[in-house]
Amino acid sequence: MTALPDFAPAIPEIVLAVASLALLLVGAFKGDGSTRLVSWLGTAALAVVLVLVWANTGDKALTFGGMFIADRFASFAKCLILIASGITLVISQDYLKLERMDRPEYAVLVLLATLGMLMLVSANDLMSLYLGLELMSLSLYVVAAFRRDAVKSSEAGLKYFVLGALGSGLYLYGASLVYGFTGTTSFTQIATTVGNGPSIGLIAGLVFVMASLAFKVSAVPFHMWTPDVYEGAPTSVTAFFAVAPKIAALCLMVRVLVGPFGPLVDQWQQVVVFISLASMILGSFAAVVQKNIKRLLAYSSIGHVGFALVGLASGTEEGVRGVLAYLAIYLFMNLGTFACVLAMKAGGRMVEDIKDLSGLSRTNPLMALCLAAFMFSMAGVPPLAGFFGKLYVFMAAVHAGLYALSIIGVLASVVAAYYYLRVVKIMYFDEPAEAFDRGQSGVIRFVMAASAVIIAIVIPLALQPMTHAAQAAAATLFLG
Amino acid sequence: MEIAAIFLPILGSFIAGFFGRFIGDRGAQAVTCLGVCVSALLSIALFFDVALGGHARVIPLMTWIDSGDLKLDWAIKIDTLTSVMLIVVTVVSSMVHIYSVGYMSHDRSKQRFMAYLSLFTFMMLMLVTADNLVQMFFGWEGVGVASYLLIGFWYEKQSASGAAIKAFLVNRVGDFGFVLGIGLVFFLFGTVNFDVLFEKAPEMTELTYNFLGFQVNALTCACLLLFVGAMGKSAQLLLHTWLPDAMEGPTPVSALIHAATMVTAGVFMTARLSPLFEYAPDALAFVTVIGSLTALVAATIGMTQFDIKRVIAYSTMSQLGYMFFAAGVSAYSAAVFHLMTHAFFKALLFLGAGSVIHAMSDEQDMRKMGGIWRFIPVTYVMMWIGSLALAGVGIPGLFGFAGFYSKDLILEAAWGAHSGVGEFAYWMGVIAAFITAFYSWRLIIMTFHGKPRADHHTMEHVHESPLVMTLPLGVLAIGAAFAGFIGEEWFAGEEREHFWGEAIKVLSTHDSIAAAHHVELWVKMLPLVAAFSGIFFGYLFYMIKPDLPGKFVAAVRPLHQLFFRKYYFDEIYDAVFVKNAFRLGSFFWKRGDEQTIDAFGPDGVAAVTGKLAGLAGKLQTGYLYHYAFAMVIGLAAFVTWFWIGL
Repeated sequence: MTALPDFAPAIPEIVLAVASLALLLVGAFKGDGSTRLVSWLGTAALAVVLVLVWANTGDKALTFGGMFIADRFASFAKCLILIASGITLVISQDYLKLERMDRPEYAVLVLLATLGMLMLVSANDLMSLYLGLELMSLSLYVVAAFRRDAVKSSEAGLKYFVLGALGSGLYLYGASLVYGFTGTTSFTQIATTVGNGPSIGLIAGLVFVMASLAFKVSAVPFHMWTPDVYEGAPTSVTAFFAVAPKIAALCLMVRVLVGPFGPLVDQWQQVVVFISLASMILGSFAAVVQKNIKRLLAYSSIGHVGFALVGLASGTEEGVRGVLAYLAIYLFMNLGTFACVLAMKAGGRMVEDIKDLSGLSRTNPLMALCLAAFMFSMAGVPPLAGFFGKLYVFMAAVHAGLYALSIIGVLASVVAAYYYLRVVKIMYFDEPAEAFDRGQSGVIRFVMAASAVIIAIVIPLALQPMTHAAQAAAATLFLG
Repeated sequence: MEIAAIFLPILGSFIAGFFGRFIGDRGAQAVTCLGVCVSALLSIALFFDVALGGHARVIPLMTWIDSGDLKLDWAIKIDTLTSVMLIVVTVVSSMVHIYSVGYMSHDRSKQRFMAYLSLFTFMMLMLVTADNLVQMFFGWEGVGVASYLLIGFWYEKQSASGAAIKAFLVNRVGDFGFVLGIGLVFFLFGTVNFDVLFEKAPEMTELTYNFLGFQVNALTCACLLLFVGAMGKSAQLLLHTWLPDAMEGPTPVSALIHAATMVTAGVFMTARLSPLFEYAPDALAFVTVIGSLTALVAATIGMTQFDIKRVIAYSTMSQLGYMFFAAGVSAYSAAVFHLMTHAFFKALLFLGAGSVIHAMSDEQDMRKMGGIWRFIPVTYVMMWIGSLALAGVGIPGLFGFAGFYSKDLILEAAWGAHSGVGEFAYWMGVIAAFITAFYSWRLIIMTFHGKPRADHHTMEHVHESPLVMTLPLGVLAIGAAFAGFIGEEWFAGEEREHFWGEAIKVLSTHDSIAAAHHVELWVKMLPLVAAFSGIFFGYLFYMIKPDLPGKFVAAVRPLHQLFFRKYYFDEIYDAVFVKNAFRLGSFFWKRGDEQTIDAFGPDGVAAVTGKLAGLAGKLQTGYLYHYAFAMVIGLAAFVTWFWIGL
């Protein structure tokens, strides 16, 4: 009889799994009326797990036969993911009620997706990676199409599902190639085998794996689903999509490329540089002509992924630190922005056009101020947090000698500044449009204001501790 | 006390300018007038302490620049020269402030006006209390800005805006010289602090320096460059064209800035830098020639003008010429003496002219005045006092109006210098003195006497100005009458060395003031004769035989045209500089900027961005199979890339 595996490193995941199943039962027994309860309980579960992860930031621990790893890097990523999921759950509630999709399954699905993400960032094996990837993706497909009666939502879910299936196929094919040429699926062992020199089959497998991960983070040229899905999915779902899965997939990408494929840095660096460049450029240019704020944010998120990948492209510890810092900042910027989008409610229904924001500074000065802060931050205007995110990744790239990438990236951010600032201009200088409905929920207003304070004041002031944490997280990947 | 004296005006300006809406017109007027008046009282107290008590001092406020070798402070340097300037500036300024309350009573933007006036006063005080060249330059530019704002105060008027821009640009030419001068001084001395400069100056006389390929005396070069700055600000020949146009501003502005204070900044600078200029005799000769030519040229132009303010403006320019050639013959104390007396009587004349203009419903053309002395007796008397002071009338040994002492001293010093340029300056000055008296009485007679030439509508409205306007006139008239009499002993008499202390330096070989006391009697009497004959001809031409001017002008038409058209300076500058500058500007604008930089730069990039954005938008077809296709193509491309790469 084999001994039971060590469960301790995976306690947060186990708790979350149990909690989501329990909530599913609660929902099933109590019916639609329990939505609010399930939502809050779900948030509470996420909070508990966050505490557990926080408490667990110990040394590196492997379990489940080396398939699962818990280290500082994973903890850092998990914290971000849990915060993102928790906040999106909280700010979705009113929206769900308004759009009549307040069913308890929503929260359960978000929890399951979050569980998938946690497993992703802790994966130490191609198989466990796939497990997490599919758990996350399947839940996301369903929430994307959560508003079954709306054509757009169904279309979004379907598109995402079909393309996601293609992505999964690519991943499995790549994983099998890697297995075929190395004889193992474990990251630790792949790393030692790869160290002996690359072979074309292994590289092909790596490219396939990278393509599927790039699909998840919506990097060019695997980004095309993003605008359609962002626009079509319910706004609360878009908010969720834009943050948590992005963080999970990016962290995973970092772990896979730096970990098992670390010795092949010369090979994958070119691909990452290309993906990063293409994402920054496309994200900047395509957003210029958008009229729908959700589509705009979709392109914006493509651009942000490009910027984050600049850090990864450098392939150094400093670069990974930059990626993590960038993601932490991205988390607050985006959640705040989506809180604003969720507050865009006029005449009892949601509006999504950028021009609906006209003259917001006069009808709702506080919200306009917050949104302006987010936009400036996304554009990378100092002293807001977004500037520092960009600064770190570009600094890493410059130190790694990627001058062309840095210069083009900065130029792309100039173009991007145009559409961010356009939003500000519309809010502050255009004639007021119909005012938004009063009485947004306190939670949304709180998230809005708190995020604005965080990106405008807390992060710029508390850069040191944040970068220290990111530094420590990044260092674990490079210790070997 | 020093700090209060200097910073009260800016405080008033700040309050009136930024909070004018809350305190209202009256509040703004009260706060600015109060600030400047208190400052004036403090300045008088300072004068007693510093100039008479001999307590010159430097009060450092804070470090301004500490960059490499360049170290300089904000500091208040107060010596006799500064304290004289403080009195001139604050007293005239406070009178003008009070006068403006009445003069601008029909204007809409009183707060703005008062704020600008106080701002100007502060900048002027900064200029005169500077202890280094850079701080002086700060004040220098500050008064330039205030002058620009005030000339263009009625900015709806095309001519006022134009005049403001002209003043600014012409001053820019001078300022450029000033900046180069400061640069050269720093290069030579390694410091811009006055005290250090003055100490080192004697060692620098032999130094040469390569300027534009010529080996020149470095100190001469620096002094000439600095003097170019003075020429611009003090409207000396070649850079004078802005001053007459500056009369577009409200009359109190003309009195304060373009007669009494700002335009004398150049004279002040020359006096302040006397320890440098003394070691650059060639520069001094140049100053003398420019000054004496200005005195004559401006007087001849003033003789032919019809706008009452322009006549006084040319008179100002002419008097500034006197001050400069006085400085040029090392009679700095005479220059400053004349600066002070001139400030009083010229401000008086301007404010009197303002009172006339006010009475005549904003009419400035003397041809449309006349016969109003009975209606505005106070103004009439004031103008007489001002003109007597300007012409320098007096009885030797007994009493004279202000100009009598200062102008005669200048002329005597010029003669007493016993140099070629000095004698040249003397003769120019005497001729100018004659013309000065002539045009002064031409002005008085045309304005006040004879038959009324205005329409009856205007004549019905002729009225004496209110007390708030005539009171400052009275104060200035006292200055115009007695300033010379009181000041002579201090400025030029036996006490002068004790009075000036370290403020002004004159080499013993250059002491023209001492020489002035020993010139021949005819040299002393000639200016007075010139003044009286000028007055006589004024009466003859305009009172006794009014048809004479017409005949005379017909006889010397080309000369009159030359004078009347101001020696065609404006036309020549327009053809040579302005037109070409516009042509060059328009070339750079249209060809350079719009068609090259913009087309390929911002506009071009923006257009390309827009196109690319449209293209990127089009890629998003919405068809699932397109998306899948893009993914697969991308993947294939990557794999191929590696295939080739390996």
